[in-house]
Amino acid sequence: MATASAGESIQFSSTQTLKLQHEQTLLGHEDRVWCVVWSPKGNILASCGADKTVRIWAKEDGKMVCRNVLSGEHNRTIRSVSFSPCGNLLISCSFDGTCCIWDRSKSGEFESMITLEGHENEVKWARWSACGEYLATCSRDKSVWVWEASEDGSEYECSGILTHHSQDVKQVLWHPSMELLVSASYDNKINLYCQDDDDWTLHQSLTGHDNTVWAISFNATGRRLISCSADQSLKVWELDGPMKKTGVWKCMLTVSGDHPRVIYSVDWCKNSGMVATGCEDDVIRVYTLDDTDGLSLSVVHAQAHEKDVNCVSWNPKQAGVLASCSDDRTIRLWQVVAATETKLI
Amino acid sequence: MSLENINPTVCPKLPPREGKVDDPFDSRGIFDLIRCINDPEHPLTLEELSVVSESQVLVSNEMSNSSVHVYFTPTIPGCSMATLIGLSIKVQLLRNLPSRFKCCIEITPGTHNSEQAINKQLADKERIAAALENPHLMLVIDQCLDVEIV
Repeated sequence: MATASAGESIQFSSTQTLKLQHEQTLLGHEDRVWCVVWSPKGNILASCGADKTVRIWAKEDGKMVCRNVLSGEHNRTIRSVSFSPCGNLLISCSFDGTCCIWDRSKSGEFESMITLEGHENEVKWARWSACGEYLATCSRDKSVWVWEASEDGSEYECSGILTHHSQDVKQVLWHPSMELLVSASYDNKINLYCQDDDDWTLHQSLTGHDNTVWAISFNATGRRLISCSADQSLKVWELDGPMKKTGVWKCMLTVSGDHPRVIYSVDWCKNSGMVATGCEDDVIRVYTLDDTDGLSLSVVHAQAHEKDVNCVSWNPKQAGVLASCSDDRTIRLWQVVAATETKLI
Repeated sequence: MSLENINPTVCPKLPPREGKVDDPFDSRGIFDLIRCINDPEHPLTLEELSVVSESQVLVSNEMSNSSVHVYFTPTIPGCSMATLIGLSIKVQLLRNLPSRFKCCIEITPGTHNSEQAINKQLADKERIAAALENPHLMLVIDQCLDVEIV
């Protein structure tokens, strides 16, 4: 049984049979949709793709509708979007080698504020640190850049360039509570960085995947990190010892055999502990934690999209609500429900 | 630019397909889509250079699990055009096959010095997508794909 407690957190037991209920399909993008992400409050969804636009979606009369199309700042594919911790800023990363920060604190609508230039070619991903002080970006130029925001947040200055990967860097991610930065790469590695005095340095390199690491996600406590790869496996990495940024991470679990193709996206739900994956086989899979700390495959939603699933994203506030996007140009919204069709919330 | 392989072996072309075709996306049908792709260096097709052959096109044409696997054989193991040839095959299939097909393009095992690196590049859809936004590269690929209808 699912039990809901204060703060809308929900626990699912691994024996429970779950399914993904399709709630809505969002149309509008005119080409492949690469990335979809919820705002920190969970009320806004941002998406982007090969049509060089960012679309902002929000609820109206119970349905998500497109509220705004952000265009004109990038002249090539927009690979990813991400919100700042306060939700007022949005960053878009493009194959044109730039990132654009959009601000909605003035008018309520996202307006372009700054363009970050520096990477030599395609920028793939960007993330703000938990406190919002740092921003990390990564690119096909093999580097990870750390940017520091000015006090009023209107300017960003590069405070470190990390060149430890030997190939393009697919994603960057900050730890939820510590100033620990993680990057995933085409060189099959996951790198962890922290600040030593004023310099950002490589702290640990996690090896084990046999092919490109496409995505990474922390669990709620930040003691575990999950990664997905073109080697068709998921790996769970655990912090060995006390919670400090210089702690050592070890692989505690490899999940293989469930995905027959490249896994492009993984997201660990901070409320429910569920893990969702987006795969090249058009399928969305959901794992629940089992009693022995393993991951138990609970949902295999075949033909979730008509083409590759590029990104999956759990709503940070509404338990069991998942957004996905695909090469089929659509975004789909899902609700994890018990197989008896009863909603869990 | 000087040719890397000055005097390649030229193979005869298959005769056009005759009779009623039950499945347009069997290995012969897909071979027909790629055999007339021009080699980037020689005034010859990939079929004439034996870079592609019908037996090297593997198809699974089930509605729920449609996939195409094409192996191609560079004329020499150091061929610097191998990635471009693979990209041309990929683009031709993306443009002509129904979207349900997953396409995998790889070098015939053991026929190129950088086989693994090239296969990895051709399998990375993000790098492919970025490459296909490059107008100079697309011009070259479109020249390779300037195919005659068989």
